[in-house]
Amino acid sequence: MSIIDKDEILDSIIHIDHLSKTFSSKDHTVEALSDISLDIGKGDIFGIIGMSGAGKSTLVRCLNFLEKPSSGDVIVKGRSMSHLSPKELRLQRHDIAMIFQSFNLLQQRNVLDNVCFPLEITGVPKKQARLKATRLLAEVGLGDKLKSYPSQLSGGQQQRVAIARALANDPSILLCDEATSALDPKTTGEVLQLLKEINEKHGITIVIITHAMSVVTQICNRVAIIDNGRLAESGKVQEVFSNPRSEAGMRLVLSAGGSTAERVPGEHLIRIAFTSNSSYEPVVANMVLKFGSPVNIMRADTRDIGGIARGQMVLQLPDDEELRANMKKYLIERGLEVQDLSSMKDFEDNYEEN
Amino acid sequence: MSEFWNEYGSLLLNNTGVTLYMVLVSTLLAYIIGIPLGIGLVLTAPGGMKPNAVIYNVLDVTVNIVRSIPFLILLILIMPFTKLLVGKTYGANATIVPLVVSAAPFIARMVESSLLEVGHGVIEAAQSMGASSFTIVYKVMIPEARTSLIVGATIALATILGYSAMAGTVGGGGLGDVAIQYGYYRYQTGVMIITVVLLVALVQIMQAAGMKLGKALDHRISK
Repeated sequence: MSIIDKDEILDSIIHIDHLSKTFSSKDHTVEALSDISLDIGKGDIFGIIGMSGAGKSTLVRCLNFLEKPSSGDVIVKGRSMSHLSPKELRLQRHDIAMIFQSFNLLQQRNVLDNVCFPLEITGVPKKQARLKATRLLAEVGLGDKLKSYPSQLSGGQQQRVAIARALANDPSILLCDEATSALDPKTTGEVLQLLKEINEKHGITIVIITHAMSVVTQICNRVAIIDNGRLAESGKVQEVFSNPRSEAGMRLVLSAGGSTAERVPGEHLIRIAFTSNSSYEPVVANMVLKFGSPVNIMRADTRDIGGIARGQMVLQLPDDEELRANMKKYLIERGLEVQDLSSMKDFEDNYEEN
Repeated sequence: MSEFWNEYGSLLLNNTGVTLYMVLVSTLLAYIIGIPLGIGLVLTAPGGMKPNAVIYNVLDVTVNIVRSIPFLILLILIMPFTKLLVGKTYGANATIVPLVVSAAPFIARMVESSLLEVGHGVIEAAQSMGASSFTIVYKVMIPEARTSLIVGATIALATILGYSAMAGTVGGGGLGDVAIQYGYYRYQTGVMIITVVLLVALVQIMQAAGMKLGKALDHRISK
């Protein structure tokens, strides 16, 4: 089941059209991606999220044709990637930069020469390339590390070099494959902030592959959830966060609390999500007072999504069925998103990571 | 002692020169053939950048066949070819031919394994930038594998030095030839020992220099 984003993306820069990818070896075939259709708008910071093994890294590699889709197509700026000759594809890739989890810098070149590398590929004169690389490195905050080698830099600094390198040929699109997964939380925040600045300053469309909901809530405006090689749902981050429509979505939203998503035990669980204007009223406390019956707060957290505070709670309601129905009604009337977690048990069993 | 040097000094010195000449020229020529072969193996291998089963299998089998022929036998086997090329089958120049034929496939394998050490991620990054396979080979794989390639060259030099001494048994020239002619046929144990010492010294120098160079050019370890 896939739930397609209802609101229109006006200016699509990447159109993924019924894309499937199967890997086959002698003995068996694995369907990594299955019939994915998605639009990524110009200027978006688009998150593609899923558990490990969901197929998201394969999907991002299909966007620049490092992996060729088995069927379907990717249309970038109106051009079908599958109809490009090898040479045209290489030219197209100058416009689609990529950064990686393991940075992938040239270990035997210093920082400046690493950033010059893509400019060598496009044939920019050396002097001009060095000037540009120096400027980009200053922009990512490494103006004093030009002569350092990657082995002398921290992970965060290496990713900054990779970002400067990715920007060298002024791409329209930047693909980030788990770019912050190897970094600590503080450095992750800094690198994400840098990506956001780049998005705003250069107008580059950024596609972020991640398994961490916190990355999505921190900088993405849109998100697609990939589950088992299929598109589970996609939409604006606020909407998906407030009202996940798929089970994979719910799982990810509940894991967004930060530290670890402890297993939520018990029955009669509901998840409520606060919208921006409902946070002021002590809704839960008022509900308890009104019905004279306590509820169990299993967990609660608040995320900052695009500058707006979004809270969520998991509540355990009383056993009385009528009371439960009334409580839910009360919460909905207060403008909260309410979802039953009766199916929670099913996916809790498979729910181990993050 | 000085009598010994008067008699054999210039002979040993000259033949050290001949050995160095044979080894360096052979290594150079063998690399000229071995590097493209090694690159070819890497590119055309299954899962390589330009997979091609036919080319890969031809290269793979050829390299294996030549490598499995012992040097001394190869040297005799290709004598007609050597004669065709340099006009005779003895002396330093004639020894270079089998040395190159024997070392090139061995070098191809070492180049192949050095290039395969380069991380897949770096190559993928270069591909994502729109680099051609050619650019990836000479701007990513070879520079990144630099240290490993230099260490490989050190091993190749020592091996070729050993082979060149073997060629002495059939009049190949150089220190091996001296060891056979004087040390073995004329029972000059002193000459034999000195040639061995010189051969050991040459290997040591090459090894030390190669390792030092490889390390000096390696930026993976922060200094």
